[in-house]
Amino acid sequence: MSQIHHAALDQQQHQQQPGQYNQICTRSSSSSTPAAATEGTEPSSCPGQRNRIPRRKWQVFPGRNRFYCNGRIMMARQTGVFYLTLVLILLTSGLFFTFDCPFLASNLTPAIPVVGGVLFFFVMGMLFRASFSDPGVLPRATPDEAADLERQIDSSGCSRPPPRTREVLINGQTVKLKYCFTCKIFRPPRASHCSLCDNCVERFDHHCPWVGNCVGRRNYRFFYLFIVSLSFFTIFIFAFVITHVILRSNRTGFLSALKDSPVVVCFFSVWSIVGLSGFHTYLISSNQTTNEDIKGSWSTKRSKDNYNPYSYGNILTNCCAALCGPLPPSLIDRRGLIRSDTPQTTSQSNGTSGSSYASTQLHSHKVGGGPHHLWLCTPE
Amino acid sequence: MQGLVPTATDGNMATEFHNLQELRHSASLANKVFIQRDYSEGTTCKFQTKFPSELESRIERTLFEDTVKTLNNYYAEAEKIGGQSYLEGCLACATAYLIFLCMETRYEKVLKKIAKYIQEQNEKIYAPRGLLITDPIERGMRVIEISIYEDRGSSGSSSGSSSVSGSTAR
Repeated sequence: MSQIHHAALDQQQHQQQPGQYNQICTRSSSSSTPAAATEGTEPSSCPGQRNRIPRRKWQVFPGRNRFYCNGRIMMARQTGVFYLTLVLILLTSGLFFTFDCPFLASNLTPAIPVVGGVLFFFVMGMLFRASFSDPGVLPRATPDEAADLERQIDSSGCSRPPPRTREVLINGQTVKLKYCFTCKIFRPPRASHCSLCDNCVERFDHHCPWVGNCVGRRNYRFFYLFIVSLSFFTIFIFAFVITHVILRSNRTGFLSALKDSPVVVCFFSVWSIVGLSGFHTYLISSNQTTNEDIKGSWSTKRSKDNYNPYSYGNILTNCCAALCGPLPPSLIDRRGLIRSDTPQTTSQSNGTSGSSYASTQLHSHKVGGGPHHLWLCTPE
Repeated sequence: MQGLVPTATDGNMATEFHNLQELRHSASLANKVFIQRDYSEGTTCKFQTKFPSELESRIERTLFEDTVKTLNNYYAEAEKIGGQSYLEGCLACATAYLIFLCMETRYEKVLKKIAKYIQEQNEKIYAPRGLLITDPIERGMRVIEISIYEDRGSSGSSSGSSSVSGSTAR
């Protein structure tokens, strides 16, 4: 304790600066590693805090998500259908590689298993990227921000109850922003609240049970590349399985050749996947989301001068922007460490035992008025 | 503790900071101002440059506008769609996005620049005036949060007195 005091006093002598307010810390909370280190060396500020591993933000994340690998992987709560997707892809390609590939490689060309392998790894890579990454979840408002918005709503609306919508003009098109009662924010344009994951997601496309995640701003390109590469992969498998069957039936007969090949699975999946990738290609080229397309937000049926304000005007730019545009960062910092003075919106948590501790600590911190609370805890 | 700027203005025991939390609370937080997003040009990150009335007595209008405009330029740079972003995107796609395991995206580079810029602005301009900008990335890029602090000496807030009582109790 005394050493730290000493260090603090030393710092004061070195870094004394003129001015009225410069006791305010200008460090942002994310880059506060030196402070975290100091907290670590401190014997213990609270008896209950002794030997506690620092908790990360995903453990108190308010949405209904599942996290794996200490927050690196983020998925929706229901992941059953995702495993079905995995099993279907693995089964089909497993059958193809074990039964068809040896025959095709020896009779036609060894390039077939190589191309198939590359496609397979690309498909799996994109599936995992789409499933395991943050779709673009908007963090919920801090209590201060929510209170500020409430004040604005109360003061602006003379009618009662005040309207919980805001209108903004985007590239000449009026767009209504709705207030989200769960996240306590006005949803940004194109964002929508996913009822399954209980999060607002930026550029929300849809909640996809097949990939076990929402599809939004941050993983839409992976989702699109997944379905496109998967459709190429299934067409590839389908084509070569038929080739195999034809070549075999010349020798042994049609029925025995049909027995051990994934032709039936392929036949059904090909149409749905190719159809889906066609649909998403159309959406990408017009810079729309599935959500907007289903609602018909920019359809000219609504009104004559209705148009999509987000479109860049030509198909090529829209495609490039969706697939090769800059990759936005995750906004929820799920692997960040929880600091007791960081305001957290903990309405519901994913953690098991320690989560209640975190929220009570935060609560008491608020009540105790910051430093006061810390002083009381110091066992000296 | 590097980067903190504590002072011993009133020379009492209250300036014994032993961690960051205490330092943050040493001047009492009076109010927070939120600068909202400007969506007029689409969903790219851009903040309103309208000067909030709460800051009128604290900071010059031009200084504030400069800060917000610089931030907007940084975000525009990060989200710009052009040759460089296409190249990066195509390269990443060709390697099944494995390239980002060993390379930063341009967005991340700009975000680091923004964090540095905000830190610098806070130290130079905002903190001496009792203001503090929070990096928008920590608030989901929805708002620029500006905290307004009141001097402890003038307001006589609880944080100062509690520190004193704490040290005497020892």
